[in-house]
Amino acid sequence: MAFLHRHPRLRLAALLSAPMLWLGLAYLGALAVLLVSAFWTVNGFTGEVVREFTLANFRTIVTEEVYRNVTLRSLGVAVAVTVICVVLALPMAFYMAKVARPRARHWLVIAILTPLWASYLVKAYAWRVLLANDGPIDSLFGGPGYGLFATIIVLSYLWLPYMILPIYAGLERLPDSLLEASADLGARAGRTFRGVVLPILVPSIFAGSIFTFSLSLGDYITVQIVGGKTQLLGNLVYANVGAANNLPFAAAIATIPVIIMVVYLAAVRRSGALEEL
Amino acid sequence: MTLSAWSRWSLRVVMALGLLFIYVPLLLVLVNSFNGDRTFGWPPHDFTTRWWTAAWNNGGARDALWTSVKAGLGATAIALVLGTMVAFAVQRFKFFGRDTVSLLIVLPIALPGIVTGIALDSAWRSVIAPLGLGKGLFSVIVGHATFCVVTVYNNVLARLRRSGVSLEEASADLGASPGQTFRYITFPTLRSALLAGGLLAFALSFDEIIVTTFTAGPGIQTLPIWIFNNLFRPNQAPVVNVVAAVLIVLSVLPVWLAQRLAGPEAGASRT
Repeated sequence: MAFLHRHPRLRLAALLSAPMLWLGLAYLGALAVLLVSAFWTVNGFTGEVVREFTLANFRTIVTEEVYRNVTLRSLGVAVAVTVICVVLALPMAFYMAKVARPRARHWLVIAILTPLWASYLVKAYAWRVLLANDGPIDSLFGGPGYGLFATIIVLSYLWLPYMILPIYAGLERLPDSLLEASADLGARAGRTFRGVVLPILVPSIFAGSIFTFSLSLGDYITVQIVGGKTQLLGNLVYANVGAANNLPFAAAIATIPVIIMVVYLAAVRRSGALEEL
Repeated sequence: MTLSAWSRWSLRVVMALGLLFIYVPLLLVLVNSFNGDRTFGWPPHDFTTRWWTAAWNNGGARDALWTSVKAGLGATAIALVLGTMVAFAVQRFKFFGRDTVSLLIVLPIALPGIVTGIALDSAWRSVIAPLGLGKGLFSVIVGHATFCVVTVYNNVLARLRRSGVSLEEASADLGASPGQTFRYITFPTLRSALLAGGLLAFALSFDEIIVTTFTAGPGIQTLPIWIFNNLFRPNQAPVVNVVAAVLIVLSVLPVWLAQRLAGPEAGASRT
């Protein structure tokens, strides 16, 4: 103990070794192998993985229309979900941070946080019941039933708190005096919102969108529960790991959301969104 | 901000609608667990508690619950140790690559679950399975621990930032050994943060399905997997619904406890 006390570098190494072996070596290693295996193929007769470098998987993905359509559909879903979440989260977070009284504010934060911990599956299941034929929504509005639209609604529902929380945190840091200054200079609420609030919230919105985007891109469970016949990237990956037993091709498809996320992270990085996570 | 009465009211209405949007589906599950109709005809005509009895006597659901508890406890234990170590390293030391380390902690939860799932699955199959350790409950625990570290890390890091090092320095100046300082100063300051982080890690593991699907060995069924497997069987619907209702009620507990233990920022660490 005393020896460690005199050697801070050793102490640091002792603290970091186990976690880094786990996350740095095992987890990152597994990700790296996954990436590499995307360039392998599966022998059609034996089902064995052939460990030779080839671009065949990616060629199939780029040339076959199915994969292009599914990629575009998944991207579209991720964008729609993100937009819906921003539109809902902005007024809610603003009310929580700037309009509600401090005591109510505390309870509202808890009210937003609590369903975050309710099981993801249970929430998707709840919507399956809500959207069922002759279920509450169907008997009220006569639709929309299971499908792409239902998938977008349910994914927005699932990830909404992930958007509200960073925006709320951003608004809490925004001093009221700035808003008052803007009002004193003659700006109305709408102008203040566009000119002062929104620019300051950009990193928070991006931070929230990292979650809504990434979670939507990788999802395949919700799609199975409320999506009807809709296929997203996650379903293709799942089908190739399971039924088709083609891990290299699954890995190749899985690189699509990873590449999209890396590009997205790099794009929003400069706004300071990563510090808001 | 000086808002007109009209905008105040419209914000209030949006907030109320938003909360309705969040809570109505959950309430529906709770109500339906008492719905006498097997297919959940809406609105419900008669109420019954027989689905609750059926769920209680359902062996599959009970086994799955027990598996989930074991997986959650295992993953939480590992996450507590690893998360605390990294939090200390990042908060108390300056070193090359410190930002990368915090990014690495967030990565398992920031990447799509299916990517983490198949990465761990193929690594297990090609590296650990040849050593004679097939997939089972242990591989589930390993998978869950990987993404649970972040909740403990966030809670401990926030606590370390707030508490500073002056108390520990004072303790050392007064002649306490490093062991005594840890036992009497460091650990008591961290206790509630550890508890909050641990609770949230447990909740995260308890609810996980995607990584579990890929890391579970044959015959290992956690509660979410059990629900998913029974979701599309119409005659199981009432029992599934009761299990879902139980999970909703249970999910309130960790948040409530974590809030009381570590202040309002605790629950946010899931993001």
